[in-house]
Amino acid sequence: MFWKRQIPLAIAFLAGLIFAIQYFVPHRVSQTIFDWYTDWGIVIGAFGAILGFYSISRLHITKITKRREGWLYSVATLVCILAMVIGAIVGGTEKGTFFAQMYSYVFVSISATMFSLLGFYIASAAYRAFRARTALATGLLLAAILVMLGRVPLGQTISFWTKWNPNLPSLVDIANWIMDVPNMAAKRAIALGVALGMMLVSLKIILGIERTYLGGGD
Amino acid sequence: MHLSPNIWVWIAVFFTLCIYSFLYKDNPFYKFAEHVVVGVSVGYGMVMWWNLSVVQRCWVPFIEQQRYDYIFPAILGLLLIFRLSQKLSWLSRYTLGFTVGAGAGVGLPLTIQATILKQFQATVLPLNFTTWAGICNFLIILGVLSGLIYFFFSKEHKGVFGGVAQVGIWFLMIGFGATFGYTVMARLSLAIGRVLFILQDALGVNVG
Repeated sequence: MFWKRQIPLAIAFLAGLIFAIQYFVPHRVSQTIFDWYTDWGIVIGAFGAILGFYSISRLHITKITKRREGWLYSVATLVCILAMVIGAIVGGTEKGTFFAQMYSYVFVSISATMFSLLGFYIASAAYRAFRARTALATGLLLAAILVMLGRVPLGQTISFWTKWNPNLPSLVDIANWIMDVPNMAAKRAIALGVALGMMLVSLKIILGIERTYLGGGD
Repeated sequence: MHLSPNIWVWIAVFFTLCIYSFLYKDNPFYKFAEHVVVGVSVGYGMVMWWNLSVVQRCWVPFIEQQRYDYIFPAILGLLLIFRLSQKLSWLSRYTLGFTVGAGAGVGLPLTIQATILKQFQATVLPLNFTTWAGICNFLIILGVLSGLIYFFFSKEHKGVFGGVAQVGIWFLMIGFGATFGYTVMARLSLAIGRVLFILQDALGVNVG
């Protein structure tokens, strides 16, 4: 229990205390400690990545060897992993190589298309969620429509009232105002709430109240 | 119309159509593309990890610059590997204790300085109800304070407190609507980009 739980908690406490204090000490030694932390983090992360690579490879190899449903797709995943690694070893990673082309034409294409696909789904979800049943839902709907119209040339084109009086705001101006005033106020309130939460979680970790990162068991 | 002679362009078109086929329903083409992108991104991650993390940030400083202090994080990193052992997985807790504790320690003052104080500083704006900018400043202050009050659950949202929280909900709903609109436009711009890629780069159609 002592070696398995108390020592890791003590390490977390000491590390947390040292790195929290170093921020307030404007000394060369303090800066060096912070530089160590950033360098060491990369080394530890490099070892951590091994766990990730092992985990994903094991998952797909198990799926293939046990002929689980969709095992052929796992073959595609493993072939692509190997193709990228072997491609980089044999041809390098410079522009125009197999590795770079796979990144530009396969990875970028698929990820951009996946993100664009979400556009269709959030549009259909919006149809269900945005029906103006309450005043609040109507506010949300109006803000969304005004921002969408204000972000495309159509917003300026259909702002016919600006022809009568150029001092009146166009849809583009209204969209910008929504983004800069009520949206920013809401985002700031959320950011402050999140930051206060993060601060408290950090304190709980340093003081050993939050221990879930240690995992289960003794 | 001038079809592209570049095989990579056609591979990209194939995968683009595979992903869009999901709009009809889940199908083997979509699943194939999904697994391919996982494989390519993991392969890319492995190569970048080796080149940037292992060689440039671990091997070069340790061997060429004699940074022997790297032995300490290397030991912590090795302990992390024990996560794979059922009996000795507790050893990885030393690494987790260090990284999580140090992260919390570094993050604590940074969060206060970079987020809480800066955001409050940006909210403390001059109030002047005779100008439009002054009214907007008031709305920002009102939105931030009422939004924060809405997120304060230790007191029941009743009376004046509940009324202010209700104002906060209005600001939040408008904020969510604006974010939604912005996200939809960003996603649509990506969809337009994919269609233009197929039309211009692959099919060679001049769309002006």
